[in-house]
Amino acid sequence: MALITDYLVQGCQMLLILLLAPLLTGWVRVIKARLLRRRGPPLLQPYRDLYKLLGKEVVLAESASWLFRVAPYLIFAAIWVATSLVPTFATGLAFNWTADLIAIVALLGSARFFLALAGLDVGTSFGGIGSSREMMIASLAEPAILMMVFTLSLLAGTTELSAVARFMLTAEVGLRVSLGLALLALMMVAIAENARVPVDNPATHLELTMVHEAMVLEYSGRHLALIELAASLKLLLYLSLLICIFAPWGMATAGAGLVAYLFGVAVYLAKLAFGGFLLALFETSIAKMRVFRVDEFLGAALMLGLLGALLLFVSRGL
Amino acid sequence: MSVSVLQAALGTGQPIFEHRPWSRVAVTVETWNSLIEGLSGGAWTMLGLWGETGMAHLALHEINPPQTPFDQGGRCEASGGFVVASLPCPDSRFPSVGRLHPPAQRLERAMADLVGLQPIGAPDHRPWLDHGRWPVRYPLGAATAPMGILPPYRFLPAEGESLHQIPVGPVHAGIIEPGHFRFTANGETVVRLEQRLGYVHKGIESLLNGAAIEKAARLVGRVSGDSTVAYALAFAHAVEAATETAVPDRAHWLRALMAELERLANHCGDIGAICNDAAFALMLAHCAVLREQVLRASAACFGHRLLMDGVIPGGVVADLPVNGIKTIQALLSQIRRDFPPLVDLYDNTASLQNRMVNTGFVRPALIKQFGCGGPIGRAGGRAFDARRQPGYPPYDQLQLETPLLTDSDVNARVWLRIREVEQSLSLIDQILQQLPTGPVRVELNCPGQITEGMALTEGFRGDILVWLRLNADNTVARCHPRDPSWFQWPLLEAAIENNIIADFPLCNKSFNGSYSGHDL
Repeated sequence: MALITDYLVQGCQMLLILLLAPLLTGWVRVIKARLLRRRGPPLLQPYRDLYKLLGKEVVLAESASWLFRVAPYLIFAAIWVATSLVPTFATGLAFNWTADLIAIVALLGSARFFLALAGLDVGTSFGGIGSSREMMIASLAEPAILMMVFTLSLLAGTTELSAVARFMLTAEVGLRVSLGLALLALMMVAIAENARVPVDNPATHLELTMVHEAMVLEYSGRHLALIELAASLKLLLYLSLLICIFAPWGMATAGAGLVAYLFGVAVYLAKLAFGGFLLALFETSIAKMRVFRVDEFLGAALMLGLLGALLLFVSRGL
Repeated sequence: MSVSVLQAALGTGQPIFEHRPWSRVAVTVETWNSLIEGLSGGAWTMLGLWGETGMAHLALHEINPPQTPFDQGGRCEASGGFVVASLPCPDSRFPSVGRLHPPAQRLERAMADLVGLQPIGAPDHRPWLDHGRWPVRYPLGAATAPMGILPPYRFLPAEGESLHQIPVGPVHAGIIEPGHFRFTANGETVVRLEQRLGYVHKGIESLLNGAAIEKAARLVGRVSGDSTVAYALAFAHAVEAATETAVPDRAHWLRALMAELERLANHCGDIGAICNDAAFALMLAHCAVLREQVLRASAACFGHRLLMDGVIPGGVVADLPVNGIKTIQALLSQIRRDFPPLVDLYDNTASLQNRMVNTGFVRPALIKQFGCGGPIGRAGGRAFDARRQPGYPPYDQLQLETPLLTDSDVNARVWLRIREVEQSLSLIDQILQQLPTGPVRVELNCPGQITEGMALTEGFRGDILVWLRLNADNTVARCHPRDPSWFQWPLLEAAIENNIIADFPLCNKSFNGSYSGHDL
């Protein structure tokens, strides 16, 4: 019985994030539009876009290989699994024993690998530019996030997210420099990984400046719907990760009752909304950086992660 | 009055007396060649190069003409440094200007496509406007049957290891005009950019042939929709010069009011759009509000948001409505309140400055050589402004300071537009205060013989040239509008060199060349 409940709760979590992801994207867009004194698209527009795309015919480039057709499914699957591993409203869910930070990083890495391959596959110059820029970003973003993982695991003694969240709720954590550095590093990586301003601009129409969009320019129909949904999921993943590690308050514990779960969901939604608002505010207040400054930006993230880990070797109290 | 070097060079030519306000001189091949040498030596600037069957015309502006006072009409006297040299070419060939003076190359290729005049010794014989899709060949000349499918366009080669080509356009992801850009890049660094334009050729010059003045005015006002006032103004000036029609004072002032409103709207839009290309949408949002307010005030005062067909030969279509001055004054105070905070925002956003400063530098020597006007020229140290030189009323009675910068990068071009917005606000203020009373239009004279006219006006992009010949019944025999973009597009190719590909949209937007005006 307990096992069934566990799987039920885990299933709820997987469905929840799938349904929530477009809403978060829509929310950030609405806030951005309001900050620009525009009315903006309706909050539910991303759902409509996905529905529209799913009904559309897929137009494939003549030079597209099987890889190009398979990649959206692989990317979507990898990112969905990665996102459902992050504890959102409750810790100690059925899959949590696999919810290893390194596993999540690996899943994201493979999704990116296939996306970059798909960008190169069609042979257009924009796809090539996008893939090469994405790889440049990845080569620094991945070590940075791993450094952040090491910092956390040194503190919490585990890389399992559920345990990290539980550890962060205990009194012994306190204020730590290393955690602050890790938080900064994770935020910088999150911005780069989700193709947000100042690294990339999700709303741009300028082919020459695109990173993520350039890789997916050739996608259409249900393929594009999957890629878009995966991108929304990825944004949700990083926000959930930030919430789970650095603001886990209000999370329900394993086996808590329905009321606790519902309360956990409500708190989670509030935190997401606040996170989305901060993201929109940040994006509005800054211009995009030159492509060649992205490596300085992510290099800083890597250094922060590294410093965080080093500090812990100097003193466990930092 | 002293005789200028340019006048001396033309001395042997046969002046055409029907051409006003500046002289047109029929020249020999020797004089033509010496004029080209003067061009390449930088003694004068090319204002335009166009053709008709059996004749090539070259409009020149002497850079340091002897000072001449304004006459009563506010125009410089005939020798104020502006002149048209016409070379008869009965065998449809003329010595190439582009051979020694690169800015002429695209104009010559367009002449070859449109009229069939072949430049002798030109370095580049590829077609320019004719993409092999027209129903006729040489539409302005012999109008023969098309050649059939043209061979594929040969882009200039760029060879070397690790170089790769990136074709962009003509269809772009945003809603903008079509143009093809062929980048050769080494990684992210642009080694060469080659443009290919002509996708929006509409045959306006062919349509103008034989058109009545009213129809022609509407056509010229639609060459480039965003500078419709400046185009209509240039056409009206040219017609009025040809027919020697004196326009009432109030019409001049209302025209200037429209021209400055147009400049205000476009500069506000441009400043925002440039920032938006650095993903700083906040500026675009606020600047778009300003632009919209200008457009609404324009619609309230002149009946059209973009002020289309407001300026006509002989005056303006309608006077200001009763509350017109109030409407515009309200607009001015609103912009004066809202614009400075935006300038501060632009100047104080470090991430934005980082993108703008030093990006897309154009050598001032190139700007001078190409005679590049407008904000691009003035941001690169070339002080030319058609409102001052040749000058036209009412600007001779207004306080007009031409802002000038020398940095010649994207940042300078933004700042120049900001300064020009401030300048336009001041000009509109002065116009509203001093607006004379009286009629706003007169009937055009009909001299009953063939006449020619020419005018240069300052649009928001730069100096627009209109040259025309009228038949005895005041219909248009030949009219050539020349967009400022002709001398700006080639500089964009220079601006992007050694920049990174991702900075191209920024450079492009800071130029904001017109496709429609160029492709005609």
